[in-house]
Amino acid sequence: MNLEIMTPETRLFEGEVKLVQVPGIKGSFEVLKNHAPIISTLSKGAIKIITEKDKKETILISSGIIEVKANHITILALVG
Amino acid sequence: MANLKEIRIRLNSVRSIRQITNAMKMVSAAKLRKAQDGITRLRPYFIKLDEIMQHVGSQLDNSYKSIYEIPNESGRVLLIVLTSNRGLCGAFNANIIKRTIQCIKNNYSEEYKNGKLDIISIGKKSTDYFRSKKYPVIENYNHIFDNLKFDPVSELAEKIINSFLSAKYGEIKIIYNQFRNAAVQEITEERFLPVVYEKELADLPESKYETYTDYILEPSIKEIYDVMIPYFLKLQIFRTLLESYASEHGARMTAMHKATDNATDLIKELELSYNKARQAAITKEITEIVSGADALSVQ
Repeated sequence: MNLEIMTPETRLFEGEVKLVQVPGIKGSFEVLKNHAPIISTLSKGAIKIITEKDKKETILISSGIIEVKANHITILALVG
Repeated sequence: MANLKEIRIRLNSVRSIRQITNAMKMVSAAKLRKAQDGITRLRPYFIKLDEIMQHVGSQLDNSYKSIYEIPNESGRVLLIVLTSNRGLCGAFNANIIKRTIQCIKNNYSEEYKNGKLDIISIGKKSTDYFRSKKYPVIENYNHIFDNLKFDPVSELAEKIINSFLSAKYGEIKIIYNQFRNAAVQEITEERFLPVVYEKELADLPESKYETYTDYILEPSIKEIYDVMIPYFLKLQIFRTLLESYASEHGARMTAMHKATDNATDLIKELELSYNKARQAAITKEITEIVSGADALSVQ
């Protein structure tokens, strides 16, 4: 599952992941492999990632939009 | 023929001017690269956002209008004018100012006369000009170019968006230089608010229909749409600022390149006349000595 987290100025994360937990505007939710396609807005919070190599990472955002499609996750985030 | 010392002084000053213009050219070239990098980094974000926006827009009820799309009755107009903080960049600033005045004359002369037009200037050059000509500049954001980052721009964008939502302004326009390449800038007048978002689904090529995905939309399509528009607007302001910044340095680079070339030509000419004058002086001296010697030998 491929994850890409972008801000207008940089790319915060790009790579293969096992699990992503995002702060959805109506409560946080997780995306695993073969998740149904979804577009949702994100609120302020932390994105938790477990990478393919079982490494944990946390990225803080202030708001964002997530798109999941065919095992490809794109998060358009704003920070600060 | 001008005298030697005069030419030498002139030559020295032209040489140092050339050095300065050449240095300015290099600095602008470096800054231009940086600004272009910014535009390139923003592009994938912008494209993705547009893609999602298109999708959401196409699913949306045609009758639904978000608060950003509905014009209000305020009747006031806000112009956002983007110039540079520094000069020496050719006609860059003059063109924008000319276009703004033309725009006011053609489209908003009524509003201007009745005091219903305001200007926000970003860039010292337009601030100075419009202030001196008593145009209603309500605010300037000249410092934003000192360190062009998304966060301060986002704050500025929010302020502008709020002034529309609170019905202070009925129409907001941006006038800026769009970056084509280092030598070409295009003056652009863009409507910022109310938003006219083109729903282009009908024109999509076949291939895009095939990759069409049925998304789950959460929370609801309208809420997503309403969240996305301000996103889009902030990015739009950020993009115009980056474009203007890149254009400024492109324009300055071109202007300074020309100035350096001109100085080189001038130096060539001056060196020629300097050498001519020097030779003439030597010839004159020899003639004097020889005739002096002749006069002595005759005695």
